[in-house]
Amino acid sequence: MYHLTKEPINVQPIINQVTDRNCGAIATFIGTVRELTAGKKTLRLEYHAYEDMAVKMLERIGNEVEQKWEGSKVAITHRLGMLEISDIAIVIAVSSPHRKAAYEGNAYAMERIKEMVPIWKKEFWEDGSEWVGDQLEKTPYKGGQPS
Amino acid sequence: MITVLFFAGLEEKAGVSKVEVDFSGKTIKDLKSWAESTYNLGEGTLEHMLTAVNEEFAYDRDQIHPNDTVAFIPPVSGG
Repeated sequence: MYHLTKEPINVQPIINQVTDRNCGAIATFIGTVRELTAGKKTLRLEYHAYEDMAVKMLERIGNEVEQKWEGSKVAITHRLGMLEISDIAIVIAVSSPHRKAAYEGNAYAMERIKEMVPIWKKEFWEDGSEWVGDQLEKTPYKGGQPS
Repeated sequence: MITVLFFAGLEEKAGVSKVEVDFSGKTIKDLKSWAESTYNLGEGTLEHMLTAVNEEFAYDRDQIHPNDTVAFIPPVSGG
């Protein structure tokens, strides 16, 4: 249900992991590599992770969703290594009896991933490369830890 | 002995991804100061950075125990 992979991500198996006789909705989020960010051109990017901890945190986030939205099921796969433009970086699938929970749970999972899962993106721009940090554009836990 | 892990930009800055040191009995805050000076990271570089002990987020005041694995976690950017 919670995986990191160095291979290209195939979406259907992730959807299959959350398909359930009692669900009436599956929301699938696919995050892809964007070429232009604020006018700057990305050539490719690379993801690194603290792998064991990252999987553990993905599982924790999935459990949070399943507790907050009753009857929901979550599967998350994140790609690692070198990615080209339009490659799939992440797939989050959330199923639930009714659509609202699937949409909301899915969006919640993505926000939490950007807060606390130890995965890092290195951008290769036309004019050099840099590690990207703090995508939320704030430091949400000064000296402490994510809630 | 404990294991200390560096990732992403911090790994590049320190020039090391993993070190074993004898550091038990002290706190995360002490380890941050030690790492900043040992690897010339610059004072305060690790001050607001998250730390994980044995794959769980920890506080600066937490004690380090023998055989712990401590990882400095730069601001994350997955997804």
